[in-house]
Amino acid sequence: MFGAVAAALLVAMGMAIIRALKGPTVFDRILSVNTFGTKTVLLIAVIGFLQKRPDFLDIALVYALINFITTIAVLKFFEFSHLGTPIGEEEAEDL
Amino acid sequence: MLRSLSLGAVLFATWLLLSGFYDDPLLLGLGVVSTVLVVYIAHRMDVIDHEGHPVQLSFGGVMYWPWLLWEIVKSNIGVAKVILSPSMPATPVFFKIKSSQKTDLGRTIYANSITLTPGTITVAIDGEDFLIHALTREGAKGVMSGKMDRKVSRLEAPSETPA
Amino acid sequence: MTTTLLDVISWAFLLIGGASVIIGTLGILRLPDVYTRMHAASITDTLGAGMIVAGLAIQGGFSLVSAKLFLIFVFLLFTSPVSTHALAKAALTAGVTPAGTDRKSGKGAEAP
Repeated sequence: MFGAVAAALLVAMGMAIIRALKGPTVFDRILSVNTFGTKTVLLIAVIGFLQKRPDFLDIALVYALINFITTIAVLKFFEFSHLGTPIGEEEAEDL
Repeated sequence: MLRSLSLGAVLFATWLLLSGFYDDPLLLGLGVVSTVLVVYIAHRMDVIDHEGHPVQLSFGGVMYWPWLLWEIVKSNIGVAKVILSPSMPATPVFFKIKSSQKTDLGRTIYANSITLTPGTITVAIDGEDFLIHALTREGAKGVMSGKMDRKVSRLEAPSETPA
Repeated sequence: MTTTLLDVISWAFLLIGGASVIIGTLGILRLPDVYTRMHAASITDTLGAGMIVAGLAIQGGFSLVSAKLFLIFVFLLFTSPVSTHALAKAALTAGVTPAGTDRKSGKGAEAP
């Protein structure tokens, strides 16, 4: 039964990759990578049950957090073109 | 001070839950040390307030979460119908609404609840104006009816007195 | 007897979860533009994740495993709207034109 769910998740991940390759905008790609990450979290949890190794859940937990940080960081990069604190107008004039 | 103590209790409970060791004094001691360190840093950063650690929402949240989860299930079915029907009857629409919350925390809860419900996304917030994208007209009408708005306002109402 | 009943319930949850994950991804493939695709993605994040986690938690019983599964679900619930909102706002700021948008009330699709 867990195998069926894992297979469904893998099929869905393949479909998400198709959208990531097709684009057309960079935001479509980020969106599909984000859902790919969510499915990876679920897949890790299901594999943990499939192999009867509950330690996998810790990895899934950490992966959920890393996935969130990745999405936010990539979006911030594409919105502001850099990751640091934007310097204000006054400071930019001082430089 | 009470807020710091309750933050420490919550953090230590989370630590216990994730580690699963209850009988090793060394590990428990390390857990206590890391909890105290995190609470101290949060205290120095001055983030332990009614926004950073909103304990005042606990009782209202117990009533709010089940209602929100049920709303999510209902709107999931609506969006799934749109995706599965061959003609894809999606009528995407951008619209603006006014929210009735008074604090930033309440607005954040309302905006996140709208986004969490499939079919509606909060795109931008400007003061009390929300710009929302909805997949269908029905979803837009659901937000405009303002039921969720009232629920969130009732949830944040006890926090009007500064804690 | 009760174990079989619980097994059937958890299988039903897992089946619904797997199906909604596939429906959500199908929506990402079929829907016309990035804003509408976000709605489909949130099906995966809410119903798909919730049902799969619930099914697994029933299999895990009342234990640390279920508590961790619940924590995973809570993290997903808290992070998914934030990243969806960030994505929508970034797309609007970058000027991605929404497909088939009709202006119902307010100004419409300009960034505020």
